[in-house]
Amino acid sequence: MAAPLTLLLIVAVTIRAALFRSSLAELIAERVEVVSPITAWKRVVEGLALLDLGVSPYSGDVFHETPLIIYMFHFLVDYAEITFMTFVFGALCVCICFFFIYLSLMPFQFRKQKFALEADRYPMDSLELIRSPKEMYYVPLKVAMFYLLNPFTILSCVAKSTCGLNNAVLALFFLSTIKGNVLLSAIFLCLATYQSIYPITLCAPAMLYFMQRQYIPVNFRRVSFWWFIVQYLFMYLGSLFVLICLSFFLLGSWDYLPSVYGFILSVPDLTPNIGLFWYFFAEMFEHFRLFFLCVFQINVFFYTIPLSIKLKEHPVFLIFMQLAVISIFKSYPTVGDVALYLAFLPVWSHLHRFLRNIFLVSCVLLACSALFPVLWHLWIYAGSANSNFYYAITLLFNVAQILLVSDYFYAFLRREHHLTNGLYLKRKDGSEATLILK
Amino acid sequence: MAAHRCSCWSWLLILFSLSVFVVADIHETTPVNDHHGGVDHNAQTAEQTADQPAVEERRWEATEVKEAATVDAAADIQGTSAPETVVPSSVPQPKDDFQEELVIRPLHSGDIYASFQFRTLWDTDFMRENKVSHYRLFPKSLGQVISKFSVRELHISFTQGYWRTMQWGQPFIPSPPGAELWVWFQDSVTDVDATWKELTNVLSGIFCASLNFIDSTNTVQPSASFKPLGLGNVTDHSFLRYATLPREIVCTENLTPWKKLLPCGSKAGLAVLLKSEKLFHSSFHSQAVHIRSVCQDWQCKTTSWELRQTLNSVFDLHNSGQTKREWSLFKMFSRTLTEACPLASSSKLYIDITDNPQGEQFELSPATSLLSQAVVLGDRRTFSVYDLTQETTFGTVRSLNLLIRWKSNEGEMLRPLLHAERYVAGYGLQTGEIHTLMYNNHPYRSFPVLLLDSVPWYLRLYIHTLSVTSKGKDNKPSYIHYEPSKDRVKPHLLEMLIQLPPNSVTEVTVQFERALLKWTEYPPDPNHGFYVGSSVISSLVPSTVAMHTNSTRERPLFSSFFPCKEESSYFVRIYTEPLLVNLPTPDFSMPYNVICLTCTVVAVGYGSLYNLLTRSFQIEEPNPGLAKRIANVIRRMRGVPPL
Repeated sequence: MAAPLTLLLIVAVTIRAALFRSSLAELIAERVEVVSPITAWKRVVEGLALLDLGVSPYSGDVFHETPLIIYMFHFLVDYAEITFMTFVFGALCVCICFFFIYLSLMPFQFRKQKFALEADRYPMDSLELIRSPKEMYYVPLKVAMFYLLNPFTILSCVAKSTCGLNNAVLALFFLSTIKGNVLLSAIFLCLATYQSIYPITLCAPAMLYFMQRQYIPVNFRRVSFWWFIVQYLFMYLGSLFVLICLSFFLLGSWDYLPSVYGFILSVPDLTPNIGLFWYFFAEMFEHFRLFFLCVFQINVFFYTIPLSIKLKEHPVFLIFMQLAVISIFKSYPTVGDVALYLAFLPVWSHLHRFLRNIFLVSCVLLACSALFPVLWHLWIYAGSANSNFYYAITLLFNVAQILLVSDYFYAFLRREHHLTNGLYLKRKDGSEATLILK
Repeated sequence: MAAHRCSCWSWLLILFSLSVFVVADIHETTPVNDHHGGVDHNAQTAEQTADQPAVEERRWEATEVKEAATVDAAADIQGTSAPETVVPSSVPQPKDDFQEELVIRPLHSGDIYASFQFRTLWDTDFMRENKVSHYRLFPKSLGQVISKFSVRELHISFTQGYWRTMQWGQPFIPSPPGAELWVWFQDSVTDVDATWKELTNVLSGIFCASLNFIDSTNTVQPSASFKPLGLGNVTDHSFLRYATLPREIVCTENLTPWKKLLPCGSKAGLAVLLKSEKLFHSSFHSQAVHIRSVCQDWQCKTTSWELRQTLNSVFDLHNSGQTKREWSLFKMFSRTLTEACPLASSSKLYIDITDNPQGEQFELSPATSLLSQAVVLGDRRTFSVYDLTQETTFGTVRSLNLLIRWKSNEGEMLRPLLHAERYVAGYGLQTGEIHTLMYNNHPYRSFPVLLLDSVPWYLRLYIHTLSVTSKGKDNKPSYIHYEPSKDRVKPHLLEMLIQLPPNSVTEVTVQFERALLKWTEYPPDPNHGFYVGSSVISSLVPSTVAMHTNSTRERPLFSSFFPCKEESSYFVRIYTEPLLVNLPTPDFSMPYNVICLTCTVVAVGYGSLYNLLTRSFQIEEPNPGLAKRIANVIRRMRGVPPL
């Protein structure tokens, strides 16, 4: 497996390097689908320029990265050339994929143990649903391919979007979680939260995973359950506190809080992107604005509770669901966020037999990705279309993403049902049964 | 006929009763008030009388002259010895003085530039404890504004059209297209922003302009470009506010209140020429009010407030539909001059004849022997002077209709040493680039300029893309003051000190991104575009002749506006074109559709997850068909067991 992986890495880096050297790089860096006001490299450079001018980067409304990021790049730019930066971005992509590989291996080892313990409880025909190690052999490679060769990732990397950094931090969080390192997991989760608020919802799957691993029952009446939650939250909130104070001492003021988190939550920048917020709030009636803002933001966080209850046995799938929900409903999504949860798809290759409309959804996603630049050109440059055209495509893209995620969720639940009830279900009268949701 | 006589009688009656009332009033007030108050009532009487309609005009003029004479006599008396009847007051008498002046400069293109200046000087103190309540020449509305808002200096201008520096040379008083307002407040003001807000609203009422649209999104605090022009060496620019409204349309409703501030209104003096139907039929029109405090003597022991009202306009030769290159006061203003304003201490008409020393370019009639030389804008210029206070100026016809007739079309204009232009580059509605070009036409001297740019927040400037090049080389600004914008709160402010090499073009470029706004933030014609105010370029340009540094010396008004600190250079402020930038627009017709559609997508997400979360998988049991169910109902009624 080492050989194909090396080949894959070489191909991935070559594509990025070639694109970066070409004139396309500048074009890609301007694309609204690839960079958002938060993650655009142009704005990071602007922040650095402001810092050099002796102006606080947060006194204006162009720079919205966190203080740690700007001081990190300030340091890097001072001591290395800009070309080096591209390698940083490239390397980040690579390490993300390594973590995915590791990640894809872990849950199944765990599942196998469980199955071995409880094998007698499963019906015999559901053995068909259990993946053999041979099938799983190529899953890590597929994950790496899905991430490294995904055009979304390539674009986001060539545009030097700091979304790649956020994805790297999240990947480190998965890795440390799955390796069972509670402290590191809390620290990386806190870093991800610090970068963009939304990963806070990943607290729940992380805690569920650790509890499953340490055989702590998820029971509200148990002290050990609460004790673990307190421990984890203490580590998480403690490191968050340290980070926020560190930023304060670096910057000398609290200006960054409204400029970074206020900006994410109150959505003042209506630059078009692939999400649902921009056109909705551009067309919103002023007196309903706050109400809908609250509804839309709560919508992102709200799914955590029911999903954690339903998927408390399957924290890795819960992570996937949470990532998908965040990337669909967050305020400034980019294709880099989409690429992160798409990389999980090969891990769920055993669900493919239960997917209902994967063909339609993938066609819609592909068509939308092609139509984004076309309609953008018609609206902004040719002037022959208007904003509704681009908006329609974002709507369709999001519907397709929602259908994709719910389809995987359906398939996962259905497989779980078959695992316990047998694959070939029969009606009372002996005829072949159809499963429905009731 | 009888009715007519009757009405005449009634008017006489009204007049008589009014005069009785006024006389009674004077008798009543004289012992209480000081002498000056009485004089003022006389002046008021004149005005009241003048306001009475249907009084014969000639008679009104006579009355006016008589009253004015009274005023002058009173002032004279006051100057020499106080009459016995006057109770000596503890407060020193405020001295005020009014001057008016019109400069006409024939331009080489055949156009003509007319610049009016009216100056009122008053050595009073608006800031002292007991408020100034007595006004004579100084307009009360502005005096109250100064004392209420603790204004140190106020400059407001309304301009229609763009001053073409390359064709017309430098204007005496520069102004950007649209409305411009900049104010220095006194140190005593605690909440400058609130005072500024209130002041703009008050000025909006006084000048009938949309100055109330000045808010924090178009107000900046320049750090170097706008120093006080009057007294006081203030360095703390937190007391300065500067705003422009490039979209402001200037019209008659702004001119009328401006004229009302003049002591003679538009009834006498040079102001009779200010007829809006002609003034606004020009290619450039600019009216301004400048209030500042100035020194009275060269030692600056006493200070006084100066109110300068200026009006500049350029009349277009071809626009006015005439075939001959010939201008007269009547052609320009559809009025002629018959008298000076009686309240004015000096009233003069200057014609710039520098390019026409022997009369080969154009011919002036009536000719005047009075010549005057003045150093203005770094150049020694010669003017023919008509003193309107002299009876002889008006000749036998008692009216002055100055005529300028061109003889030849030749002649080169002196190229201005500094000029600038600006444009937006790029295509599409996503990004763009602002280019500012500054020309130094001096053959061997380089000089520094201060460039000020105030860009609205919806054009997001990227300061790291700023580049300044002259003669193909990078020209690093020695001073940059940049304040980034805040969305919907404050604009970008960029100030730079750039050295312009001799005989060169310096190009300043900066990239920007166009923001998509909320649909309610667009003006009613969103695809017309958004205006970006002019860049302001302030500079000390090397002068060819020695400038006069003594600001208190008696000089023509047009050459004494900008104070001069050194002899070798003179101050110039030029404004570039305002920009018109298009922004991407949402579809204004479908807020409901967008709200419905987006909410539907969110509901699809919520619904499908809700479905999967709350339900569980079950085996579908076959549902009996409709026919079978009906059959079963009938069978049950019949008492037969169901199928």
